[in-house]
Amino acid sequence: MRLDQLPLNRPARVSAIAWGELADTAARRLRELGLDEGVMVEALHVAPFGKDPIACRVGRMTVALRRAQAHAISVEALAA
Amino acid sequence: MVALVGNPNAGKSALFNALTGARQKVGNYPGVTVERKAGRMSLPDGRPIELIDLPGTYSLEPASPDEQVTRDVLFGRQEGERLPGAIVVVVDATNLDNHLRFALQLIRLGLPVVVALNMIDMAERDGLTIDAAKLSAELGVPVIPTVAVRKRGIDELKAAMAGMIGDGSVRKIAAESDVVHEDIVVLQRRARAIAIAATREEQGARRWSHRIDAVALHPVGGPLLMAAILFVMFQAVFAWAQAPMDAITAVFDTIGKWVQTELPGGFLRNLLTEGVIKGTGAVIVFLPQILILFFFILLLEATGYMVRAAFMMDRVMARVGLSGRAFIPLLSSFACAVPGIMATRTIDDPRDRLTTILIAPLTTCSARLPVYTLIIGACIPARKVLPGIGLQGLVLFGLYVLGTVGALAAAWVLRKTVTKGPSQGFMMEMPKYQMPSFRDVGLGLWTRCLIFLKRAGTIILLSNVILWVLASYPVAPAGQKQTEYSIAGRIASVIEVVVKPIGFNHNIALALPPAMAAREVAVSALATTYAIDAGSSAGNDAAEAKTDEALGSKLKVDWPLPTALAFLMWFVFAPQCLSTIAVTRRETNGWKWPAFMVGYLFVLAYAAAGATFWIATWAGL
Repeated sequence: MRLDQLPLNRPARVSAIAWGELADTAARRLRELGLDEGVMVEALHVAPFGKDPIACRVGRMTVALRRAQAHAISVEALAA
Repeated sequence: MVALVGNPNAGKSALFNALTGARQKVGNYPGVTVERKAGRMSLPDGRPIELIDLPGTYSLEPASPDEQVTRDVLFGRQEGERLPGAIVVVVDATNLDNHLRFALQLIRLGLPVVVALNMIDMAERDGLTIDAAKLSAELGVPVIPTVAVRKRGIDELKAAMAGMIGDGSVRKIAAESDVVHEDIVVLQRRARAIAIAATREEQGARRWSHRIDAVALHPVGGPLLMAAILFVMFQAVFAWAQAPMDAITAVFDTIGKWVQTELPGGFLRNLLTEGVIKGTGAVIVFLPQILILFFFILLLEATGYMVRAAFMMDRVMARVGLSGRAFIPLLSSFACAVPGIMATRTIDDPRDRLTTILIAPLTTCSARLPVYTLIIGACIPARKVLPGIGLQGLVLFGLYVLGTVGALAAAWVLRKTVTKGPSQGFMMEMPKYQMPSFRDVGLGLWTRCLIFLKRAGTIILLSNVILWVLASYPVAPAGQKQTEYSIAGRIASVIEVVVKPIGFNHNIALALPPAMAAREVAVSALATTYAIDAGSSAGNDAAEAKTDEALGSKLKVDWPLPTALAFLMWFVFAPQCLSTIAVTRRETNGWKWPAFMVGYLFVLAYAAAGATFWIATWAGL
């Protein structure tokens, strides 16, 4: 499953990131915001207009990103 | 010299304020458009040091111009800045795993480092206990817990800084290539490990920021709340600014009258009353609206809400090729495009940034209001369209909407043509909500005030003086109209040829150049032209005595409705004031883009005014 498909409020772990799908600057920014394999993520909110962008918890931070970019992040939902 | 460095949202500015108080000075780094924030503080032993607040950045690999300055200063490469003697790394205690990564990179630089573990009060509220001693042992540098907004830990921090500075030891400064390109992922993992080792988390930590966001970002409640906040903001600007603005106008009128009576008539007196005093008044009268709007913007930023607003607006912005990051600069432009354009520095994508700069003047800046108010009051009938909604208010609101829509439409066109390129997306950290520190908001407001006075103030004042000279000389012989005889008059005659097809008369043509000094000068320019013509050779007295109402009734008689509407439309798109051109030149490092901006806005203004004039004429208005 990709991060943009993750249902809200379901904790998950990042399993892989398709760095090649992202522009260089976007990739670097994602790394700087703490995204890495093995990090805990959780989709928290979607924006009111058009459900894009989304706000996710990454580690202890809340990060906003567009669905197109979240699509590059593969996640595994944790067992409930 | 000591530099404050850290991630954005770590509370650097609050710590800077806590350490320096009001002893701050904002300047510029030579050659770039980034502000240099410097202040003075004293160490416990009395040694004075200069403290600079470097722009927040996530790593030493810069994305935007201000992040570049941070990197350059830390490597001693920034022109006009020496290498810092020590750095204070500010980290957010609630975000250790992320902030420590940058801290590790900074420690590798080899400069003396003290870590300020900021926002420990928020960490406690989140149920986190951080062992500063353990952290210090892992990092190899002193770690001081602080709460910058409450000024806690400041003395201990100063003591630690004293220990770091001037101890005579020479550390090896790491080579740039080693530090910058060290793998971020490796650093991140090490940072995470250290954070885990030093933190103890209690169960049941409250996620209160998340709960507030459930309301603030609610599909229905969110936009409603934002609309309500924006409405309150703009209402406040209109309501609260009126009294101070009237007071300021009264003060300047009094000064002008005093000069009029005290000095003998002649060049100097006229220069002072017509040029300098009027010109300074034209700048200062602006301040209440700008300060009120910025008060709200700074307040919302301090609470963390602004990021949520940008988050919600991103979709709308994305449709025209921008991102949510453009929201704050555009919002600021409603006060004045000068600080709005300067605020675009936080946009990393250069094409996004350029587009935002180019459309900023289309937002209805507060300088247009006196013009709108005058023309609407004079030429639009005061009818009620619906119970409680008057035609005049509706037209004013319509002009605001038109400006905003125009800006978005212009962005869309620009992003498809002149600033074409792939979109960079929107990735932003959403900080936790915080209680705003009014001291920090106050200091921020003071800084903005000074910047505005320096930037726009000098240009507006200078232009007013020059325009007065052009309008008053050469003095027309008896029987000739001053407004046609003077240099300004002759220029206006040339302009009149160009604008006659869109319904503008000679007096309008005369008012257009002064409007470039500051748009609201168009009002006083119109007053002056009508007064100079009507009055005797002592035209100055008559001009001062004119009120807006008197001017209004004159316009009602002189201007057919299509001309009034065309004039309004011109001002929606008007090629803008010299201050905006000047700041655009600075921010884009050249004349190409300001020239383009003036050009395309002129074309839009001409076309829109012309269309309005001809449609209104054809409709028999």
